[in-house]
Amino acid sequence: MAVQTVCTNEMIDLRERDGDEQEQFRDNNIDGRTDMTVRYAWKQSIPVMAGYIVLGMGFGMLLGAKGYGVFWAIAMSVFIYAGSMQYVAIDLITGGASLISAALMTLMVNARHLFYGISMVERYKDTKPYKPYLIFALTDETYSLVCSGDVPDGVEEKKYFFLVSLFNQFYWVLGSVMGSVLGSVLNINTDGIDFSMTALFLVVFTEQWRSTRDHRSAIAGVAASVICLLVFGPSAFLIPSMISITVILTAMRGKRKDYR
Amino acid sequence: MIDLRAAALIAVCAGVTMLLRFLPFMIFGGKKEIPGYITYLSGVLPYAIMGMLVVYCLKNVNLFAGNHGIPELLASAVVVGLHVWKRNTLLSIAAGTVFYMFLVQTVF
Repeated sequence: MAVQTVCTNEMIDLRERDGDEQEQFRDNNIDGRTDMTVRYAWKQSIPVMAGYIVLGMGFGMLLGAKGYGVFWAIAMSVFIYAGSMQYVAIDLITGGASLISAALMTLMVNARHLFYGISMVERYKDTKPYKPYLIFALTDETYSLVCSGDVPDGVEEKKYFFLVSLFNQFYWVLGSVMGSVLGSVLNINTDGIDFSMTALFLVVFTEQWRSTRDHRSAIAGVAASVICLLVFGPSAFLIPSMISITVILTAMRGKRKDYR
Repeated sequence: MIDLRAAALIAVCAGVTMLLRFLPFMIFGGKKEIPGYITYLSGVLPYAIMGMLVVYCLKNVNLFAGNHGIPELLASAVVVGLHVWKRNTLLSIAAGTVFYMFLVQTVF
């Protein structure tokens, strides 16, 4: 669910509403800090669980329908671990993309991770020995959980970051495996299942559209892509699109200094 | 026999994703000033790229032949309409996909 997640006030409110349960955590502090940290991380990760298992299943099924079984699903969910990019990667693999266009595509689709990283530099500063994994596993959803608020008393912060990251990836891998296995066992007619990718991007696009009143970037992206599609054709329009989008956005910044 | 081309593509996608995630920590971990252009681009790019990905998904739709893209149009309308109404990501994706599968398997 690569929904563009920003630390909203809503999320902070949610954490504040957890206040009573945090009191309970304090009262029940007999099992020690580790146990409490595990329970708190588990509880916080539950909202991500449903999303990751269902979207992971969609991914596993789609990948299986294209002839790549559970081994591939696990490999991609363990090593790439980026939701929307994995859907795109299925297309790259089956569509015969070159390594360079795959690299460029990943660069553009995942560029937002630079933004996540930049905003987490401070928060993840003293998180040894978990730091490499925390950075590797910083997906949209994990970011939304770790980017705001303080952990309750008695919870070890860096262990909490680590466990939330780990639980989330576990749900994602589990969902991918379930989808891959179910798809091959159920033997359903999967014609048209490709549309799950279109639906995912449409939802994220709609969500992003509603999150801001400045739609210039979204409109520029659609317009540049449609024009490039008409000019270069379906098999060659992506790279021209990415280049023109970057150029347009750069020009927009130069013109309007207030738009940052 | 392992499909080496697929493995190489996965390695590239994984490598670039990791690079994007680690780069800010490698460069700005030492409190270096973050260039405004980079902050700007990583902030506005997602909107444009998601639009590009929607176009990418629909790139093979032919408005003038076959089913004229009607299943894609209807299913997309279901996804967006349902999402604006209920704002439930999973519901919008699942309902839209099932509806599309129904259309291409039985109606068109």
